[in-house]
Amino acid sequence: MEVFVQQLINGLTLGSIYGLIAIGYTMVFGIIGMVNFAHGDVFMVSAFIALIAFLILTTWLGVGSVVLALLIVLIVSMLFTSIVGWTIERLAYRPLRGSFRLAPLISAIGMSIFLMNFVQVTQGPRNKPVPPMLSDVIVVMQEGSYQVTISYKQIIIIVVTSVMLACFWYVVQKTPLGRAQRACEQDRKMAALLGVNVDRTISLTFVMGAALAAVAGTMYLMYYGVVSFADGFVPGVKAFTAAVLGGIGSLPGAVLGGLLIGLIETLWSAYFSVEYKDVAAFSILAIVLIFMPQGILGKPEVEKV
Amino acid sequence: MRRWENEPILAVEHLTMRFGGLIAVNDLSFQAGRGDITAIIGPNGAGKTTVFNCVTGFYRPTEGRIALVHGDAATLKAHLGPVTAHDRGFARFADGAVFLLERLPDHLVARHARVARTFQNIRLFQGMTVLENLLVAQHNGLMHASNFTVGGLIGLPGFRKAEKAAVARAVHWLEKVNLVARADDPAGDLPYGDQRRLEIARAMCSDPVLLCLDEPAAGLNPRESAALNALLLSIRQETGTSILLIEHDMSVVMEISDHVVVLDYGVKIADGSPEEIKNDPKVIAAYLGVEDEAEVEKIVEEVGLD
Amino acid sequence: MKSDAATARADFAAALKDAAIAALIALGVTLPLVGFRTDQGPDYKLILTTRFDLVAVMVALVFAARLALTLWTGHRPHAAGSSAVLERLKPAGSALFRLAGPALLGLALVLPFLPVTGRYELDLGILILTYIMLGWGLNIVVGLAGLLDLGYVAFYAVGAYSFAIISTQVIPATLPALGPWAFWICLPIAGLLAAFWGIVLGFPVLRLRGDYLAIVTLAFGEIIRIVLLNWQDFSGGPNGIASIPRPTFFGLPFTPGKDGFAATFGLHFDPTHRIVFLYYVILMLALITAFVSTRLRRLPIGRAWEALREDEIACRSLGINTTNTKLTAFALGAMFGGFAGSFFATRQGFISPESFNFMESAMILAIVVLGGAGSLLGVVISAIAMVGGVEMLRNLEFLKSVFGPNFDPTQYRMLIFGLVMVLIMIWRPRGLIATRRPSIALKEKKTISSDLIQEGHG
Repeated sequence: MEVFVQQLINGLTLGSIYGLIAIGYTMVFGIIGMVNFAHGDVFMVSAFIALIAFLILTTWLGVGSVVLALLIVLIVSMLFTSIVGWTIERLAYRPLRGSFRLAPLISAIGMSIFLMNFVQVTQGPRNKPVPPMLSDVIVVMQEGSYQVTISYKQIIIIVVTSVMLACFWYVVQKTPLGRAQRACEQDRKMAALLGVNVDRTISLTFVMGAALAAVAGTMYLMYYGVVSFADGFVPGVKAFTAAVLGGIGSLPGAVLGGLLIGLIETLWSAYFSVEYKDVAAFSILAIVLIFMPQGILGKPEVEKV
Repeated sequence: MRRWENEPILAVEHLTMRFGGLIAVNDLSFQAGRGDITAIIGPNGAGKTTVFNCVTGFYRPTEGRIALVHGDAATLKAHLGPVTAHDRGFARFADGAVFLLERLPDHLVARHARVARTFQNIRLFQGMTVLENLLVAQHNGLMHASNFTVGGLIGLPGFRKAEKAAVARAVHWLEKVNLVARADDPAGDLPYGDQRRLEIARAMCSDPVLLCLDEPAAGLNPRESAALNALLLSIRQETGTSILLIEHDMSVVMEISDHVVVLDYGVKIADGSPEEIKNDPKVIAAYLGVEDEAEVEKIVEEVGLD
Repeated sequence: MKSDAATARADFAAALKDAAIAALIALGVTLPLVGFRTDQGPDYKLILTTRFDLVAVMVALVFAARLALTLWTGHRPHAAGSSAVLERLKPAGSALFRLAGPALLGLALVLPFLPVTGRYELDLGILILTYIMLGWGLNIVVGLAGLLDLGYVAFYAVGAYSFAIISTQVIPATLPALGPWAFWICLPIAGLLAAFWGIVLGFPVLRLRGDYLAIVTLAFGEIIRIVLLNWQDFSGGPNGIASIPRPTFFGLPFTPGKDGFAATFGLHFDPTHRIVFLYYVILMLALITAFVSTRLRRLPIGRAWEALREDEIACRSLGINTTNTKLTAFALGAMFGGFAGSFFATRQGFISPESFNFMESAMILAIVVLGGAGSLLGVVISAIAMVGGVEMLRNLEFLKSVFGPNFDPTQYRMLIFGLVMVLIMIWRPRGLIATRRPSIALKEKKTISSDLIQEGHG
């Protein structure tokens, strides 16, 4: 029972990170019907930007307060990652919009390979560790010698994720930008005819996806304390799984899917085997797509004859 | 002579199709006669295409039975009950075969029951030539002749002969629709009217007993429309294929059909010969969108129908 | 009305502003990752170094390039001019293409005997031919049937591992006398096993549409790799399987002994004999793949594949069992992948899961799509360009004199590979050769333009 509760806490933390990345996949898929294969690498890039910002703050500027440093790191990482996300869309996807379906996917795969190797070339192939921070824990439950704990960083991750999701939800539901996004999702041509700036809306969708990925990247760096250039692929695929599981195109679905994938992964690792935890995630992806392709919160597709 | 009552090829009974809460077709029953041209008409959204999709196996109806018979009325009468009771999609007998189309997946409806169809928004293989389109329609026969690819791969003569025959059949239908000259052009390059006729030729290449045409005259000019009428009549005359068609163009319907079924809001409101339909006040009401029969009478007088 | 000079000046000002914005964005992109570098210091702590000079160079380059591009396109009233030139060149081009096939085949046949061909060129040839074969195999799935497969490498792995396990464990344990023939026995078995796995994996997923199918196949590819990595007893885990038997010349080993190939044919023993033989084996396998797929295109099954790519619903209305049709494409593609995998295993003599990662799948898919899905010649050209091109980067040692001794050009291989993938897609979204030759004609075969060809949704 205690092990389960502990894994629940760990799973929710991990799931928050996946959920944040998954939103980027689901939004882009919703609006232009494309799997943004490079999104996992955008997440990885954001973790690197966070790493560099953190190092500048702590070693050069001597910022003492970890919380303050993290706040600045988060903002810096969101800002620069947004620029990266915008640039990718502008250079690699926009010229291919309305083109053949395979072209943007191949372009995205190319972009993913490029980003990964760009970071490898500029930052070197080694793992980048940062000193552990905020590792103090609160004991939630105690049973004999086994303590169920929640660490400060887990609390921060869950809180920051919730705040970010609330802001994001507000933007999508209550602002003109969100309305334009939903209009483009329904019918891009019609939205354009009614005066929605489609290019700008799509660009901003990428920017929002990248910004949320940056939140995830910063949290990931803080949580694991290490990042490498190859860290985009697997979390990327898992986040995509989360998006599909929740129902692609559905924003609450992406978060729900992320939490579920995080839980499944930690529980699987705890009770079965750590080696096969990725197999579990990939199998869920396959099973969900085969048996319920509309996901948990998605809309079923009716075949048009 | 009411062939659809005495000599049906298709018997639709209590067909209901629901999409979530929406009832597209409600308890529809009708029959189509062997060798008849049967038209299904009705206002937009009446459920005509849904009926088509149920008949051709693309949709699985919520309720109801759709029976198709190879053979005569006696075959249907003798075997329909047992086949239904046996939970089978179809059964062949000495005197023909009975198919329950609601139980068969789409490709088996086409393959075994020999029901061919066209689509409202033309579905040709655009990047393939006209001839290739017609050969794909003969896939199952050719597949057999190529010993499921093995014989074809090593170049057995049986396959080459079969392919020649398939090309000959394709050319025959191209002549019928007047497209031989364009046999080697990609289907997507043809003008709209030609694409419509090609789709019919392609359906005919699969050697159907029932040909379902979803708005074949849509978008055609009067001359093309007249040619289409002639084509459908000659198909019926030459091959004996029964035709089921959805149509908006009343001139087509009245001119060539033997039997008309009228749907409105998923319900059958009339069923009979074109003459009967023309004079049915309910039909007129449905088309003009009025409720009251007395009002219909008035409008009919004003418009000068009848 | 403004004078021309005034318009030009206004244009130039606008171009300058545009370029400045581009430079600003470039600054945003490059500043964190290029401007700072993290390195591990002596006490495992990360230290930062700055490279603002490099950022400045990059930003300046972007500024200049953007300015040049705007001014250049702005000064040309009709961009269509270049495509008109291309149109005029087309007849000459297609004649060239018709000759390209036989010419490349001739070159491939005599390559080992050309005076310039050394061990290195031969190895490169084998590598390129392996990718050509994989590309042709995947082309059946992607190009003809229009099914997007991102996990093709799984079947390559199944072929390689089947071969390795049968030849190193099963044959020595059961019929050791067959040892010298191991390659020729295992090759078909490995192909069939790969086809079997193609059916097993394909059956549940083939009704999914486009991108979903791509992602599920990717997931399957990764699952197979992770299982191979962790199932020690079966696959040797990360250590892989070593000492896989080398192919024999139909029973005669390429060894210096008196039973060897050289002695039997009265030749002087030379280790390159084996390489030449390997070269011809893969050439033969590739040609079989090409032969089978061109032949299949003209058979009902091939036409059904292409019809499936064009319109699946119409196929079903014509009585075609689309599930079976897709499965045959998937299984056949997998089989050729399995053959290629066997060849890979016997050539390397050692395999490990790392050879079968997602990058391989991406590479093969890129070769097919960049070549122009459906075109055999396109696959050849793009395989030569991609594999050969990536290989070329190894030879750019001279760049060290430009960028300093720490510059390692091989580091940039995948970077450039990714960039080229993006650029080619933007330049030619349908690939290099996107037209289609009809499979049959009444009078003459007319090439079908790429705008009409659908690319499938499954």
